[in-house]
Amino acid sequence: MARTATASLFTAELIVPAIAEAFRKLHPRALVRNPVMFVTAVVALLLTVLINVGGDGLTLGFKAQLIVWLWLTVLFGTFAEALAEGRGKAQAASLRATKAELTARRMKGDRVEQVPASALRVGDVVLVTTGDLIPSDGEVIAGVASVNEAAITGESAPVIREAGGDRSAVTAGTRVISDEIRVRVTVNPGQGFLDRMIALVEGAERQKTPNEVALTLLLVGLTVIFLIAVATIPAFASYAGGRIPVAILAALLITLIPTTIAALLSAIGIAGMDRLVRFNVLAKSGRAVEAAGDIDVLLLDKTGTITIGDRQASEFRAVGGTNEAELAEAALLASLADETPEGRSIVSLARERFGVTTTALPAGAEVIPFTAQTRISGVKAGDLLIQKGAVDSILRADAGMGETAAATELRRITDEIARAGGTPLAVARDGRLLGAIFLKDVVKAGIRERFGELRQMGIRTVMITGDNPLTAAAIAAEAGVDDFLAQATPEDKLALIRKEQTGGKLVAMCGDGTNDAPALAQADVGVAMNTGTQAAREAGNMVDLDSDPTKLIEVVGLGKQLLMTRGALTTFSVANDVAKYFAIIPAMFVALYPGLGVLNVMGLATPRSAILSAIIFNALIIPLLVPLALKGVTYRPMAAGPLLARNLAIYGLGGLVAPFIGIKIIDLVVGGLALA
Amino acid sequence: MTLQGWFLILAFTGILLALAKPVGLWLHALYEGRRTPLHVVLGPVERGFYRVAGIDPAAEQGWRRYALHMLLFNVVLMAFTYAVLRLQGVLPGNPQGLPGLSPHLAFNTAISFTTNTNWQSYAGESTMSNLSQMLGLTIHNFLSAATGIALAFALFRGFARREARAIGNFWADVTRVTLYLLLPICVAYTLFLIASGVPQTLAGVVDVRTLEGARQSILLGPIASQEAIKMLGTNGGGFFNANSAHPFENPTALTNMVEMLSIFVIGFGLTWCFGKAVGNTRQGWAILAAMTILFLAGTTVTYWAEASGNPVLHQIGVAGGNMEGKEVRFGIAASALFSVVTTAASCGAVNAMHDSFTALGGMIPLFNIQLGEVVVGGVGAGIYGFLLFAILAVFVAGLMVGRTPEYVGKKIEAREVKLAVLAIAVLPLLILGLTALASVLEPGLAGPLAKGPHGFSEVLYAFTSAVGNNGSAFAGLSANTPFYNGLLGIAMWGGRFFIIVPMLAIAGSLAAKKHTPESAGSFPTTGGLWVGLLVGIILILGGLTFLPSLALGPIADHLGMIRGQLF
Repeated sequence: MARTATASLFTAELIVPAIAEAFRKLHPRALVRNPVMFVTAVVALLLTVLINVGGDGLTLGFKAQLIVWLWLTVLFGTFAEALAEGRGKAQAASLRATKAELTARRMKGDRVEQVPASALRVGDVVLVTTGDLIPSDGEVIAGVASVNEAAITGESAPVIREAGGDRSAVTAGTRVISDEIRVRVTVNPGQGFLDRMIALVEGAERQKTPNEVALTLLLVGLTVIFLIAVATIPAFASYAGGRIPVAILAALLITLIPTTIAALLSAIGIAGMDRLVRFNVLAKSGRAVEAAGDIDVLLLDKTGTITIGDRQASEFRAVGGTNEAELAEAALLASLADETPEGRSIVSLARERFGVTTTALPAGAEVIPFTAQTRISGVKAGDLLIQKGAVDSILRADAGMGETAAATELRRITDEIARAGGTPLAVARDGRLLGAIFLKDVVKAGIRERFGELRQMGIRTVMITGDNPLTAAAIAAEAGVDDFLAQATPEDKLALIRKEQTGGKLVAMCGDGTNDAPALAQADVGVAMNTGTQAAREAGNMVDLDSDPTKLIEVVGLGKQLLMTRGALTTFSVANDVAKYFAIIPAMFVALYPGLGVLNVMGLATPRSAILSAIIFNALIIPLLVPLALKGVTYRPMAAGPLLARNLAIYGLGGLVAPFIGIKIIDLVVGGLALA
Repeated sequence: MTLQGWFLILAFTGILLALAKPVGLWLHALYEGRRTPLHVVLGPVERGFYRVAGIDPAAEQGWRRYALHMLLFNVVLMAFTYAVLRLQGVLPGNPQGLPGLSPHLAFNTAISFTTNTNWQSYAGESTMSNLSQMLGLTIHNFLSAATGIALAFALFRGFARREARAIGNFWADVTRVTLYLLLPICVAYTLFLIASGVPQTLAGVVDVRTLEGARQSILLGPIASQEAIKMLGTNGGGFFNANSAHPFENPTALTNMVEMLSIFVIGFGLTWCFGKAVGNTRQGWAILAAMTILFLAGTTVTYWAEASGNPVLHQIGVAGGNMEGKEVRFGIAASALFSVVTTAASCGAVNAMHDSFTALGGMIPLFNIQLGEVVVGGVGAGIYGFLLFAILAVFVAGLMVGRTPEYVGKKIEAREVKLAVLAIAVLPLLILGLTALASVLEPGLAGPLAKGPHGFSEVLYAFTSAVGNNGSAFAGLSANTPFYNGLLGIAMWGGRFFIIVPMLAIAGSLAAKKHTPESAGSFPTTGGLWVGLLVGIILILGGLTFLPSLALGPIADHLGMIRGQLF
């Protein structure tokens, strides 16, 4: 899927179909999902039907104008929704194209048959070779392949998928670039990742989120209250001996009910999800996005999130009279064949710091590879044996070595290194301890400030690491996290999440392994890495296609921005009503009690012009706010107090003042064009 | 406006602010069912009640059961009062030999006192026997007030409890509030009133020969005891038609001050009690601050309007403020203050006739009630009504901090919003709906004595007062008709219980929720910003709903007056 980072909001290809779609959305079944707009449409329809009923002193032209603006109010609302959906539809179309061409080679015993992807069922096994598109989500059960997942992630660098372990999940629509794998299908047609993504970006199956439901109820409540307020006016007016034309009452009602926020509500929700998708994070429900805004505790994996993934050698600490250059040379020899970033950093440190020039291993040297059992690697050439590895393992490797004075010294140095947040690697030559390499965890630049911001927003950060508590404490202090969980097992993580949740807190975490799945499921926001296992991707309620754990922080921000946009436009919408009252009430009642003319604080030209201006403002404000609804309000991490003050000033006070100005300007235009 | 007048208003406010915490502490002890010093004497009485009634005060009730028992209790009491009023003629304690009440008046009055409204479509001295006053009415003065406070406690528990199913025991709450709060204060209060010259006797009429030699019958009765609970329980139903303007109900400047203070004192204390109950007294102070701001703003407008007087009268040489319908003993400031206090607090006692206020001076009492009786409000009812608005305010603006809204640690979700809107929509539905009915129907139009916008204000005020369970009368409305007694009865019933039931449902729903701990990211509900927001939301919601009716009533009235036109 091609993803343009900053797709323009208003391009012709988006707007033209949205206009057509806006009319299609006038269907009652679609409209009734939005009760406020439904009421507006009903009122508009009634006035349209009753346009010829006279005796109210209003000209046909005036009534026609009112009716047009009422219909436009409804259309602006459906247009906003269509526009928001349209942005996703373009993406969905390209995904669909991918999906259409999928065929599979299904294995039946030893036979292989060609079937369309839609015929695959859970449990089928398919064969995928170089150049093939993977036909369905599944798990690799045999083989290793490099897979290009650009169709899903937009990232063209291939990734390795292999049977067993944490990289076994594959996604439909991604392409195998080399080798051959067998994949067991894990989803039935229509339920796969690709399908979910299409549904999501299209907004077709969009369920209202809990907060949206609550807000809709509030808007319905306000509509009912204003309906009562307006419906009783004719009786009050009759007491005063007058009659108020139905068209005027209708205009008052529509300006009072919260049409602005109601029109934009679903667009805000769709755009919020869309922002997440553009950010390459897939939320399985809108509920998860809202929960992201509410997060109190962030569990962050140390590696890759807080520190850059690879540790760097930063010092050589010799023991037992060995000089550092000797240690450096031994370390370099032991690491020459080690292609890991750690190994390379040891080599480059030895060269830079001590000018060790050796570039190749002695002839006939034998490399001892690292294994999880021995936790030692090294090199052996004739009599020469250089070992490098975890301190405990090295000390255990040679029976006598643990008892020497050098060992005692090494243990002290080991502690020092751990306390400084590093990892020690012991080096020995021919059974003699030389010293330790200080591997330093490098905390990412700027991460400390990020955590500071989070703290201001009331979010606690907890670092999760497999390191021992000493190392963890040092890194935690350097990175500025609030707390850490050292030597963390998946069970520890789960227990920590449960504990925080019992205290009423909402917890977010990310994970990729199968053993992360319970914790991902338990967390309120669980972001699974796309490179992770199928189990992890099923357990989490979001999937990060870039597999970048740092994004958890941004996800929280996006959740908050979504809620803030909704709140800001609701406040703005309600605050608008004050000015509309000051336009319509005097216009409506001035014939009954001329004294009420003083309420016309805006000095609007005529009662009819006042009413028309109010209804025009009420309609035009919707498209004017569409960009804000789609882009979201400006979001800056800060504490709730100042944030509220800022947003109340902009959207609360702004909402009070703006319509006074807007209605006055429209009134001048209406007067100038002699529309009323 | 005079310095002395302002001093009165500020001293009044200052004394109440000082009393909020001590009263709140006492209320909080009752809220938690803790032992008080009074338990030594009254504890056995309390336990005796439970034993006789077969109630286990420790058996907690879920919101449905709590609501059901509360409703049954009120319906039975109302039926009892209806019977007493109808049978008054044949019952003892009737020295004047008054007849029983008409069915519609008895219906209206029974609802009126049950709902803590105390709207009186009758003149007390010429309608009610001593027995009716003491047994039929005073009993409600205590129990409707106790019910209100119990309901507030139930809602507090909803906010305070975590993952709980119960919100307290209605019977225990009502018994404790009556025994340990209302009764002891009323005993002392009654003695104070008697010492100040308020009669307290079972004798009926005393005939005296005046200085001019004429014979005059002066009605006496058990006035002091009824007066005390009338104010303390924000009831407002006077022994006399003139209510607290009558020298036997309110003889001195000191009793006037104490009566005003006693209207507000429990309401002030309840805000503190709320803060304490939810574990942060600043929450309570924030609510009290918002209430106080609204109260002082209203007082300022009314005092200004009354002190400015009527320009039409100024032109014909009557200088000064508006003294029409006011007791000379109290003057403009004390009358303006009393009117705002009594309408802000859903009391309904009056020491001046609101009908005779200037248009704007009289609009503030009207608007106070239309806001939902949440500016301090009736005992208990004020704070629970206010909390409904707080829930909406949190919901509208709370999203702007980027979290789903929460208030004092409870998430505000669809259910709470729905119920709060439902409760709040009762106000416009009944006030505007019934006023509209009365504005077009013949028997309704026959009610108001004045014409034009002022007559409309009289009708609007009556229904507003009934729905708000205030009970004060604008006067000038002939309300003792089947039409008005019936509709006003419905208005009072709906205004009370249609709000209470959803409110209790909210309490139940909140109690079941987890507690969300406060953090730097939580919506702040203690500072000045929150207070401002509350004031804003209450004014905007109330204002937007009722502005058309106010424009056609008091505002048109006022603007007419400026142009020299009186109604």
